Amino acid sequence: MATKASRSAARLMMAPAVVLLLGWMLVPLTMTIYFSFKKYLPLRGGDLGWVGFDNYARFLSSSSFWPSVQATLLIVGGVLAITVVFGVLLAMLLDQPMWGQGVVRILVIAPFFVMPTVSALVWKNMFMDPVNGLFAHLWKAVGAEPIAWLTEASLPSIIMIVSWQWLPFATLILLTAIQSLDSEQLEAAEMDGAPPLKRFGYIILPHLGRAITVVVLIQTIFLLSIFAEIFVTTQGSFGTKTLTYLIFQRVLESQNVGLGSAGGVYAIILANIVAIFLMRIVGKNLDA
Amino acid sequence: MGRITLDKVTKSFGAVEVIPPLDLTIEDGEFAVFVGPSGCGKSTLLRLIAGLEDVSSGQIRIDSQDATAVPPAKRGLAMVFQSYALYPHMSVRKNIAFPLKMAKMDPAEITRRVEAAASVLNLTDYLDRRPGQLSGGQRQRVAIGRSIVREPAAFLFDEPLSNLDAALRVGMRLEISELHKRLATTMIYVTHDQVEAMTMADKIVVLQAGVIEQVGSPLELYRTPRNKFVAGFIGSPTMNFIEGPEAAKYNAHTVGIRPEHIDVSETEGPWSGVVGVSEHLGSDTFFHIHETGLAETITVRAGGEVGFNHGDRIHLTPREDVMHRFDAEGLRIE
Amino acid sequence: MARSVTTRRKTINTALAWAIGLLIFFPILWTILTSFKTEGQAISDPPVFLFFDWTLENYAIVQERSNYARFLWNSIIIAGGSTLLGVIIAVPAAWSMAFVPSKRTKDILLWMLSTKMLPAVGVLYPIYLIFIRMGLLDTRVGLVIVLMLINLPIIVWMLYTYFREIPGEILEAARMDGATLKEEILYVLTPMAVPGIASTLLLNFILAWNEAFWTLNLTAAKAGPLTAFIASYSSPEGLFYAKLSAASTMAIAPILILGWFSQKQLVRGLTFGAVK
Repeated sequence: MATKASRSAARLMMAPAVVLLLGWMLVPLTMTIYFSFKKYLPLRGGDLGWVGFDNYARFLSSSSFWPSVQATLLIVGGVLAITVVFGVLLAMLLDQPMWGQGVVRILVIAPFFVMPTVSALVWKNMFMDPVNGLFAHLWKAVGAEPIAWLTEASLPSIIMIVSWQWLPFATLILLTAIQSLDSEQLEAAEMDGAPPLKRFGYIILPHLGRAITVVVLIQTIFLLSIFAEIFVTTQGSFGTKTLTYLIFQRVLESQNVGLGSAGGVYAIILANIVAIFLMRIVGKNLDA
Repeated sequence: MGRITLDKVTKSFGAVEVIPPLDLTIEDGEFAVFVGPSGCGKSTLLRLIAGLEDVSSGQIRIDSQDATAVPPAKRGLAMVFQSYALYPHMSVRKNIAFPLKMAKMDPAEITRRVEAAASVLNLTDYLDRRPGQLSGGQRQRVAIGRSIVREPAAFLFDEPLSNLDAALRVGMRLEISELHKRLATTMIYVTHDQVEAMTMADKIVVLQAGVIEQVGSPLELYRTPRNKFVAGFIGSPTMNFIEGPEAAKYNAHTVGIRPEHIDVSETEGPWSGVVGVSEHLGSDTFFHIHETGLAETITVRAGGEVGFNHGDRIHLTPREDVMHRFDAEGLRIE
Repeated sequence: MARSVTTRRKTINTALAWAIGLLIFFPILWTILTSFKTEGQAISDPPVFLFFDWTLENYAIVQERSNYARFLWNSIIIAGGSTLLGVIIAVPAAWSMAFVPSKRTKDILLWMLSTKMLPAVGVLYPIYLIFIRMGLLDTRVGLVIVLMLINLPIIVWMLYTYFREIPGEILEAARMDGATLKEEILYVLTPMAVPGIASTLLLNFILAWNEAFWTLNLTAAKAGPLTAFIASYSSPEGLFYAKLSAASTMAIAPILILGWFSQKQLVRGLTFGAVK
């Protein structure tokens, strides 16, 4: 509903953002694809010519590839599951009448504002360290053997750290959504004889559908590329090497740009699979 | 000056033609009301005149100047929106001054005009409030104030009273009519309420599905509706339509008779029926008569003192001199 | 209508919520407390909670070791610059999407968001090369550009959702009142969207502040922001908990303080405008 003049103005005004993002997407992507077909070792001879799909084959057959995909999906899936489940519970608790709701809300949100490098360092050293960490003290206090979290239970530890960072976000979105639920709907359901569990299942949960979608979408965007948490804690060892980290190692640590670029293309494909999948859901849910 | 001419104007949204070719002239100083059921294209037509939508073809002329391609800001028209569309972050004073500020008018002149408009509209005490602090009627006045300060060629009103409660609506209706008398500027007013159309208009434009069904003064439309649609739309309660043998007696496919043109009697009359619901308005009573064998219900308007009970059988006499006859296409037969 | 609740129930809610809230907040609290301990107290077993000799020496040592002010300044410039630039580019785009929607609007919006899913690491080397070529490596300008680009989709999306709450009639009224497009955006849309714009600015400032992939990989000594400052403690200095805590506190304090003063916008912003 608009005039030709406003439509052409709209196109013009959208242009800078679209052109910038298109450039940001296409230029490096083209270069990555270009490098992925080359043997390219910046510190050992530079450009050593075309190699066809060699890099792709090598990256795929490398023993680290599938474990890295697995680690990536485990971290993303684990964090999503934890934050959504606990987010819903916590949001429902925070929605109840209580004293000092505002302060509690701030306490719960706070972890989101801690930079990932800091949170990883603090968790790694001050909590998960097997000798001086707070958990170790706690375990010893109850007579248990302290756990070397980041070596023995590395993946769950990382999932826990990342979940701690993202739980506030999930909780807050879900809380906002719960607060927008018309209480008359719940009262009507109560009058209709629905017990609390049914009210949750038939009214609250469906109402939260859109909010959960948003949580999943935004968190996935950020979780697929988590880097600092792994860089700081395990440096990719003990089964925590995500695809992102594997490529990072190939490119920066082993300085094999061709191989890393092929990995980058794989990562882009993986991200796109997830993206298409998500966009389908979100596209549907965003209209509602 | 504000003579607005629409010349073969059409509007399509994609493949859907909402306004087929349409010609219309609104004379300078006229109060024209576009009326029709919702979705009839009356608001679209207003937005085309305003320039908020492009015409798909045809020409819009304002004072014989082709305005078809002129952006809304340059057409010299002012518009009052259904939601009033006041700027919530500006005081009443700034709201009213906004169009003048956009026209880069001298600040002293702006102040003078805003204060003049405010005193006309009884807003002087509210000039420093925000729209959020005003009642519905006051907001409506601010919206009007914002449109009058520019001294536009014509005012466009898009269902301006639909958000007000019934009592306020009557009051604002009078105020807008008075404003029109005083300013003598062209006004185009869109509404779905035929009472507003009848009470305010110099010229009513009845629209259905983007097509003009009839143009005329309120009384012309009341007395000589061009077709069944207009006949049914104008007048309250709506006209009774009778088909079949009874209509054939009058050499028509359908005859229409307004509720106020039927006399009631306990004893005699050509038609008879059973009283259903009676609506007592005090001054008048509306009877809904069933089992007449003519139509499902015949509505009759009688004096406020007339009293029949539910279930009474009564007799009706239509005044044949004000009966309307329509052919099979629904067009008026003279 | 909220129903009245028994005091007993409210007490239980309060206790439970506070317990969980404090548990979630505890790592931050513990870090802040530890930053005022001596190294010995920081690792003492059993841990000391409040009753220790409060000291500021860790802060002094951290400041001496690395120039905090310079990192802080870099963070402010990079996060602030990229966010402001992003909003300036995003406002017109969001206006277009919210008020002149077409069939493709949603596709464009989703495409923009999908660019955020492109794994940064996949394009790290090309960006690195481009940065070297253009002399942007280890410069604040370079990071402002990159962080603006990675946050642009989120900024557009947030502004779009906030703008959509503004009735189009008000903008049409401005048009009828003779405002040009620029005046319409400057005098009508922007003032009405101030809360949404503030939330967008705040949230993206924080996202940029905390961004740790590009800031770690594209900077060295000169343009490094606080993420780089804190990463230098990853090892083996990380074993000095008190100093690590002091450095951590210094890195997160500005954001925590900012958050404290702008809770309302933050809470609104944190939902990315997606949920009302």
